[in-house]
Amino acid sequence: MRRILSALAKPFSETSGLARWMLVIGIVLTAVFVFLAIFAPWVAPYGFAQASAHGTDFPKLGHPDGTHWFGTDRLFFDVYSRAIWGARTAIEVVLLSILVCIVVGVPLGLISGYYGGWLDRILVLVMDALFAFPSFLLAIVFSFLLTNIVGGSVIAVSLSLSAIYIPQYYRVVRNTTVSAKEATYVEAARAMGASDGVIMRRYLFGNVVQSVPVIGTLNAADAILTLAGLGFLGLGIQSTQAAEWGHDLNRALADAGSGVWWTGLYPGLAIVLLVTALTLVGEGLNETLNPTLRRRRLLPVLLPARAETEEVR
Amino acid sequence: MAGTGSGSLPRYIAQRVLLVIPMIWVILTLVFVVLRVAPGDPISAAVGGKLDADALAQRREALGLNRPMIAQYWDYLSSVAHLDFGTTFSDNQPVLRVIRDNGGATLSLTLAAFAIALVVGIPLGLLAGRYRDSVADVVIRLFGILSYAAPIFFVGFLLQVYVAQPLGLPTGGASSPMTAFLVTPHTHILLIDVFLSGNGTAITDVLKHLLLPSLTLGLLICGVFIRLVRVNILQTMQADYVEAAEARGISRGKVTRRHALRNALVPVVTVIGLQFAMLLGGAVLTESTFNWPGLGQKLVDYINERDYGAVQGIVTIFAIAVVLVSVLVDVVNALIDPRVRY
Repeated sequence: MRRILSALAKPFSETSGLARWMLVIGIVLTAVFVFLAIFAPWVAPYGFAQASAHGTDFPKLGHPDGTHWFGTDRLFFDVYSRAIWGARTAIEVVLLSILVCIVVGVPLGLISGYYGGWLDRILVLVMDALFAFPSFLLAIVFSFLLTNIVGGSVIAVSLSLSAIYIPQYYRVVRNTTVSAKEATYVEAARAMGASDGVIMRRYLFGNVVQSVPVIGTLNAADAILTLAGLGFLGLGIQSTQAAEWGHDLNRALADAGSGVWWTGLYPGLAIVLLVTALTLVGEGLNETLNPTLRRRRLLPVLLPARAETEEVR
Repeated sequence: MAGTGSGSLPRYIAQRVLLVIPMIWVILTLVFVVLRVAPGDPISAAVGGKLDADALAQRREALGLNRPMIAQYWDYLSSVAHLDFGTTFSDNQPVLRVIRDNGGATLSLTLAAFAIALVVGIPLGLLAGRYRDSVADVVIRLFGILSYAAPIFFVGFLLQVYVAQPLGLPTGGASSPMTAFLVTPHTHILLIDVFLSGNGTAITDVLKHLLLPSLTLGLLICGVFIRLVRVNILQTMQADYVEAAEARGISRGKVTRRHALRNALVPVVTVIGLQFAMLLGGAVLTESTFNWPGLGQKLVDYINERDYGAVQGIVTIFAIAVVLVSVLVDVVNALIDPRVRY
């Protein structure tokens, strides 16, 4: 328990000034969105596909006012409620896709790095090809296929997001495994008669998953953008299934010409805030957990700052 | 790699170029596996409602879709090798013609966006790196993060509401219908054709249409440049040769310009190549936001029509373009930076 707590406190204790502030802001903002996602039914005044309340229909493209804080859109939905419900969709999709990435990418990387051979070669080739491919196009193609097969839903979108991020997890885990399996402790374990499965689970796993949280948070930001992009193109989640910010922006665009700003502004701001928050957290973690970056970043903080102040004096 | 100890440039380039073939093969195989082996029948997905069962079977036969997978795979590879990217199922057009008709618009959009990103991003990154931790640095970095975090269609939306409306700028298409009618297509790239025509009003019209879409896409890439140039300037400013230059009494501004900047810009070339893939994704969204008649918009149209043939052809061409650009960047990098050729 103490180890977990000190590991959690590490990003704070090892940063200072601006970097710490950025990390704190990122964590607080992310927490707000997670709160909204969990408690959406209680926070949002209306449902995400609700067009009337207490027997009265909502106005079409109604201006923001006391009853509809952010106005209503062209489908009579309450923009404020949809912005909040959108947090739930976004967090659901991101969590699901990262989970799939970890469940698929980590074992694949571990096995491929540990055994090597032709399986490793083929996997590296395929993953590199996937990685070289424009990721957004890949997401488009996958969601095109998956919506043909399973229909447009949270699951289809999450899976197509997983497809574009799996290579990153695979590569990191595989490369760490390749170098870690030569370590003395692995050799010792093997000498004591540990089977391959035990070596991978007990000895290698803990050492190769350390960078996964960082990739996870950095990917989360990107995943939100990709999800919104797919929704915007109409390839993601349909608006009656769940509230999705990107899809809302697509509908808002049709009214941009007539000066309706509220239907697009709020879902857009929600995306910007959540992505910024996740980027700040990801970079904060990266700077403290990634030793190469940490050392490199610390140096420039100390030396030139001192030199400059001396110059001023 | 073995045998490159001499680090000769021609050898490195030859190696890099030869590697293109297996890379393209792997990507083509991937495209084929993902699009063809997946369950579902492409023909009934594309034109299912419009034709009866016999006609569907005929179309399937004509396109070779009832042949064994391996034969189809071979057909696909050999036709791509002959630069034949197939035909679309829904409107029965050669994919190459689709590329010709719409590729130009995408090209002008992305190049204009790149130009904007370079012109805005590099000076800002330089400024932020030079005056580290100043107010300007914080503001510029924040701008960098925001320009990444703001989705293209949201920036496009804001520009349409708050800029295009008050200024009366066009928000859709590459030109007004009149211009498109007047300009004769020589190159199929409207931006070039309109300059060839020499018609003043037509030129302004096309440029006006280009302004907001390229600004939107440019801002996205600009954030990447800012971050990159800033970090590189910070790193090079610590190099020994910069310190040596300062010790010789050269002013800080001159050191930045003459010594640090050049080396800080080398990685920018690499990143331009890496960003090309991101740019393609961004182009799809920008085109969709501004109704821009480019390849990305076309791809989305075909996807909505469930046209496997078109999707496969366009995706194949995008994939080949990405591989070629990455090789080109590596070669350029080797030419300007001797350290690359290990």
